[in-house]
Amino acid sequence: MALSAQTRELAQQLIARYPRPRSALLPMLHLVQSEEGYVTPEGIGLCADLLGLTKAEVGAVATFYTMYKRKPVGDYHVGVCTNTLCAVMGGDAIYAALKEHTGITAQNGVTEDGKVSLEHIECNAACDFAPVMMVNWEFFDNQTPESARQIVDDLRAGKPVAPTRGASQVVTWKEAERVLAGFNDGRADEGVAAGPATLAGLELARERGEKA
Amino acid sequence: MKLTPVLSDNWDKDKPWTLAGYGGDYKAARKALAMEPDAVINLVKESGLRGRGGAGFPTGNKWSFIPQGDGKPHYLVVNADESEPGTCKDIPLMLANPHVLVEGVVITCFAIRANQAFIYVRGEVLHVIRRLQAAVAEAKAAGLLGSNIFGSGFDLDVVVHAGAGAYICGEETALLDSLEGYRGQPRLRPPFPAVEGLYACPTVINNVESVSSVPPIIERGVEWFKQYGSERSPGFTLYSLSGHVAKPGQYEAPLGVTLRELLDLAGGVREGHELKFWTPGGSSTPLLTADHLDSPLDYEGMSEAGSMLGTKALQIFDDTTCVVRAVLRWTEFYAHESCGKCTPCREGTYWMVQILERLEAGNADASDIDTLLDACDNIFGRSFCALGDGAVSPIVSSVKYFRDEYVRHWENGGCPFDPTASTLFAAAAAS
Repeated sequence: MALSAQTRELAQQLIARYPRPRSALLPMLHLVQSEEGYVTPEGIGLCADLLGLTKAEVGAVATFYTMYKRKPVGDYHVGVCTNTLCAVMGGDAIYAALKEHTGITAQNGVTEDGKVSLEHIECNAACDFAPVMMVNWEFFDNQTPESARQIVDDLRAGKPVAPTRGASQVVTWKEAERVLAGFNDGRADEGVAAGPATLAGLELARERGEKA
Repeated sequence: MKLTPVLSDNWDKDKPWTLAGYGGDYKAARKALAMEPDAVINLVKESGLRGRGGAGFPTGNKWSFIPQGDGKPHYLVVNADESEPGTCKDIPLMLANPHVLVEGVVITCFAIRANQAFIYVRGEVLHVIRRLQAAVAEAKAAGLLGSNIFGSGFDLDVVVHAGAGAYICGEETALLDSLEGYRGQPRLRPPFPAVEGLYACPTVINNVESVSSVPPIIERGVEWFKQYGSERSPGFTLYSLSGHVAKPGQYEAPLGVTLRELLDLAGGVREGHELKFWTPGGSSTPLLTADHLDSPLDYEGMSEAGSMLGTKALQIFDDTTCVVRAVLRWTEFYAHESCGKCTPCREGTYWMVQILERLEAGNADASDIDTLLDACDNIFGRSFCALGDGAVSPIVSSVKYFRDEYVRHWENGGCPFDPTASTLFAAAAAS
């Protein structure tokens, strides 16, 4: 199905932000996912059309980056960090627990209700909060198998779920992709400035009266 | 040793991500824009600030390589693609205090005569991207970005650009290809980005923490900055402690502190356990052990200890951790993230995973270690970028310090460690 006129208009806005149109390709692919949920042939066609590229050129770029999906993901895409530090701290156990709990496999990729998909991810730059899980690229710090299962259950039940450091509520995959494309959703003022680990050194400096 | 909160100093304030919470109207930028651009470059050179993204290249020198009067547009690209395993400093910095980065962008662009900057931030950090977008919009609304900033005649546009999941894009030339809308693959150098970078125009690529360190240097002066750290590694920096440590987190301290000092601050290694191995600056920096607790964590000190300062990502592993498992996982990461351009890295990382899998499972012998080290020899220094070099670091260093543990795997017919013992929740359940 062809993408909406609005998406086409937003794509044009993205192109206008850059000195050269092709620089807008990565944001445009995020934009495609914000409407389609994944990088569809139609989405590739739109990017190729607007940038004067072939579909093969756009496809070559889209397939290089892991955040661009070639098939639908859930409304809530869960990523469990299984890089070394998180894995050792419990990420492997969390990932295994979620696979078992949701029945998600490499073949189906997503729960039957289409709500939740699961992948293991690489280091997400929150190692001081290990083990870390992401939902639609929001931080869920210091997880356990139990807490991770609860989050997934709540997401599937349609309950509001709050990340530990992020917006006051996890938005849907498509809504998140629109922000990544470059269109702010007005939620920047929600949530905390920092988690406990982020502040560990600063609090100690305050206690000891140390400053630069 | 005392802590030196500068970049982290407002993180506990009310809404520190807003202009009001930042506590300023870009005073440092105002001061810099009243100077000559070359004077700003010289001041940063004199401060001795070195790049905080891993390589430690002097920031002011990098700026001075940009040709002037060449008639081409100049660009600043902020490398906010923080993805090196263990590294977790730029993301919390931008989440809590994006304005210090945006102010640094204004000063840097003025110095290198760039009217366009990009903040290339990894895509997997939604809320950080929201905060950056909001900070840029707020600065623009306040006249701190845009045209004729502070009536100086200087114009600057800043675009926040989200990546899409590729570790290699943290490599500066791959980042440029990615920003130009291509697959993120490193370029052969020369030409260096300072001469032919983004769109083949002169480009400075600086790490988030490097750019963010500029406003305090401008505001408080070179002497103030140089009172911290050592002669060749001056200033303060964010040290990130993670893993089996009582209080993991961000500790902003003068360069040259030791891990022993930082561990003291962080409550030591997890109770009842001992330090086994650690990385000074992410997984691409060779592992160190308890023998290196007193080595200064600066560029020279880490080099002397046989490693690198890297990103100051101190990943702490205690005696419950299997070093072979740790190294296998890192190697799987490098194999996954190798962009495929150079054969030694693409093929070598793949085969090293196969060998390490056998070693971890106990289906190996001494010849496999020889093959592994031989593969490392054939990868190191033989690719366009440093990903392949980084991939061999954990392998070579772990064999150097823990060869016995590799041997125990095949003697034991499998991994002698219980993976549950190393988890965070195992500790919670036991206490």
